[in-house]
Amino acid sequence: MEISDGIYNLIIFVLAIYVGYHVVWNVTPALHTPLMAVTNAISAIVIVGAMLAAALTETVLGKSMGVLAVALAAVNVFGGFLVTRRMLEMFKKKAPKAKAEGK
Amino acid sequence: MSMNLITLLYLAASICFIQALKGLSHPTTSRQGNVFGMIGMGIAVVTTIALIVKINAEIAATGIVWVVVGLLLGGSVGTIMAKRVEMTKMPELVAFMHSMIGLAAVCIAVAAVVEPQSLGIVATALDPIPSANRLELFLGAAIGAITFSGSVIAFGKLSGKYKFRLFQGAPVMFKGQHLLNLLVGLAILALGLVYTFTGDLSAFAILLVLAFIIGVLIIIPIGGADMPVVVSMLNSYSGWAAAGIGFSLNNSMLIVAGSLVGSSGAILSYIMCKAMNRSFFNVILGGFGADAGAGGPAGAQAERNVKSGSSDDAAFLLTNADTVIIVPGYGLAVARAQHALMELTEKLTHQGVTVKFAIHPVAGRMPGHMNVLLAEAEVPYDMVFEMEDINSEFGQADVVLVLGANDVVNPAAKTDPQSPIAGMPILDAYKAKTVIVNKRSMASGYAGLDNELFYMDKTMMVFGDAKKVIEDMVKAVE
Repeated sequence: MEISDGIYNLIIFVLAIYVGYHVVWNVTPALHTPLMAVTNAISAIVIVGAMLAAALTETVLGKSMGVLAVALAAVNVFGGFLVTRRMLEMFKKKAPKAKAEGK
Repeated sequence: MSMNLITLLYLAASICFIQALKGLSHPTTSRQGNVFGMIGMGIAVVTTIALIVKINAEIAATGIVWVVVGLLLGGSVGTIMAKRVEMTKMPELVAFMHSMIGLAAVCIAVAAVVEPQSLGIVATALDPIPSANRLELFLGAAIGAITFSGSVIAFGKLSGKYKFRLFQGAPVMFKGQHLLNLLVGLAILALGLVYTFTGDLSAFAILLVLAFIIGVLIIIPIGGADMPVVVSMLNSYSGWAAAGIGFSLNNSMLIVAGSLVGSSGAILSYIMCKAMNRSFFNVILGGFGADAGAGGPAGAQAERNVKSGSSDDAAFLLTNADTVIIVPGYGLAVARAQHALMELTEKLTHQGVTVKFAIHPVAGRMPGHMNVLLAEAEVPYDMVFEMEDINSEFGQADVVLVLGANDVVNPAAKTDPQSPIAGMPILDAYKAKTVIVNKRSMASGYAGLDNELFYMDKTMMVFGDAKKVIEDMVKAVE
């Protein structure tokens, strides 16, 4: 009996939702905005599919769709991670330094 | 590189993504988490280049040039946006990014439909796509299209600076709206099944167009106050779109990453709905905020007296207090008063006043928005408390300073079972000895409700722009 790829993918899908569910409940509410920004970057993983489409297609329609998809996903890859970093920098503890300057 | 190695590298990348989310459980580990995320994406991209070479070495070189073109274009736009965006504009940026993912998913699905042989879905151009793959492509494309057009509308509503009616915060309602949505939804489903079983390309094209349309239709009836739910929901959709593409391309990493994002967005939507004591369907069906004034006793009690005071009076109360709890709302962010507020906090702390911040889950325009705004103003995160952690402390607080918040401190949620916000968890500001409320005017909040808190004897209203008022307070405290 052969098990189709679709079933394996479904197993991965269900288990990944479980992992995501438990990991995300542990995210502190204070960081929900960075969470959204970083999940934006992570969902830009579609860039993998986009790269395949951009590189391997041969028709004009396929190629242009692929390149467009790479560009759109790349906006999120770079934008998502960088803006998350920028926000998280703000959450750095600055209290001791600020006090030292104040005195 | 063998296919096994490629798959293992994809597994490594997936684990990095899980680590990235895990890091966000605390501010100190969060930056490390973000680095994990970047590493994961790096691994994924490099591995994919190897995969391209493996699948078709002949055209790989020119193909990769095209990839680099796309990367440079999108990457530079993304970098510039990330550097320039103001923290108050974060919800718009996030909505914009959701739309990017949605459209990218649509593009990939279209490319896969027109050239399945190139993407390894079928062996030769003459083979039909198996119906299981067609089902996955249909789902990926439809969810992607809904994510795209829905996010565009959400972006417009959030930015609030476009004249276009669909981009206004007020809900767009019309007769038979839900019926229309249902019909369009069913049509998409039917066409999707037609495509799945027959492979008819025109069915695919029409369902794609309909999916773009329904994305618009489901977001327009949702009012400005519900935007945190909408943004979270679209976040979730963008994840499911990525997972859908993963299914069609048979790529496990896309499925893992997509599911992580999908469940993350779903949890955030749930948290936001809970914080407003509304069911998800209630939000989605929309219209909240449309019948402002008609609901509740708001209209009848228009002529009521409030006690108002100046910034100086407020500053006097603040300096004489032992403990002060500040409740920031979106009004604070709009006035860009967070830096002035930090100055005030420093001055008060210096004079021996204990200052804490209380944040309601739906403060701001997206989950956690207010925390980021305070962090930007360098308010230390250990002074900032979530609702359930601080609610018990309001009773002991000498002064509560409410800045540009309204519905989240409205006691009607607890006392008036008729109120539209009845049962919504609120910050118990009314329990404090003295309450100072800063608002621009007596206009009601998003829910369009009157707020009993403003009329209490212990409440003093300070009218004016939050930034100006706080700056005046800072001067007066000195």
